[in-house]
Amino acid sequence: MIPVSAYVFVSAILFVTGVVGVLVRRNFIIVLMSIEIMLNAANLNLVAFADHLQSLGGQVVALFVIAIAAGEAAVGLAIIIVVFRGKIATNVDQINLLKW
Amino acid sequence: MVPVFFAYFALVSVVAAVLTVSLRNPVQCGIALLLLLGHIAGLFVLLHAEFLAAVQIIIYAGAILILYLFVLMMLNLKSEERYVHRRYAWYIVGVGAMSIELLLVLLASSYAGVKGTATPQAVETVGNSAAIGILMFSDYLLPFEIVGVFLLGAIVGAIVLTKNPTRADLENESS
Repeated sequence: MIPVSAYVFVSAILFVTGVVGVLVRRNFIIVLMSIEIMLNAANLNLVAFADHLQSLGGQVVALFVIAIAAGEAAVGLAIIIVVFRGKIATNVDQINLLKW
Repeated sequence: MVPVFFAYFALVSVVAAVLTVSLRNPVQCGIALLLLLGHIAGLFVLLHAEFLAAVQIIIYAGAILILYLFVLMMLNLKSEERYVHRRYAWYIVGVGAMSIELLLVLLASSYAGVKGTATPQAVETVGNSAAIGILMFSDYLLPFEIVGVFLLGAIVGAIVLTKNPTRADLENESS
């Protein structure tokens, strides 16, 4: 039987990897992929605790997280297409239209 | 047998996550992300979440990742030369130190809690998907409806954002 702390350990490593990706990479699409890694880490945590506490609520919420990730990917990629088509920027530092 | 599978899935998913963040070519990053998603689905199976594993494969690997790859192909991105923010690169040291501390705390915790009623045996009598469906349409009905509205908003938003402006739109803007 795998203890729940092992799953939490893996999930924490994945989450930190995603955070580092968001901070360090300059390509938009890779930044969005890093966000997907973080969402997956959160999902793994939810499912691990759903199993540990023997309640299905965690699995249902993980399903909602997947749906939210799909919406986020659609809108994020649409924004990226607009930014590329208008030749506004080619990496994340150049998008500063809304920067105060 | 379960510990072997756990070690394999955990190791490969961590390696795939690191590759996703560190590879230069965006298409290769997408393939590494696919590897990560597949192995997370394997971990879900080990956690008695068979329905969620299937959903993970179908929606994440089948729909979201394909969307990413389509956009990558459409934009024809080149591999970047300077591909990291040098300004933030040294934050990795701090993040690494903090995360090691956090991981030690996480491993040492006991994770007590009140056990629910959905034991693996109880779930098995109706099936995993049926149990999730019953819960989703009873206790989680309102969040479910909100997610539906959210997805509609995302569809409309994506279409409006990427729509080419028509001649009528441009005339309205200029007048």
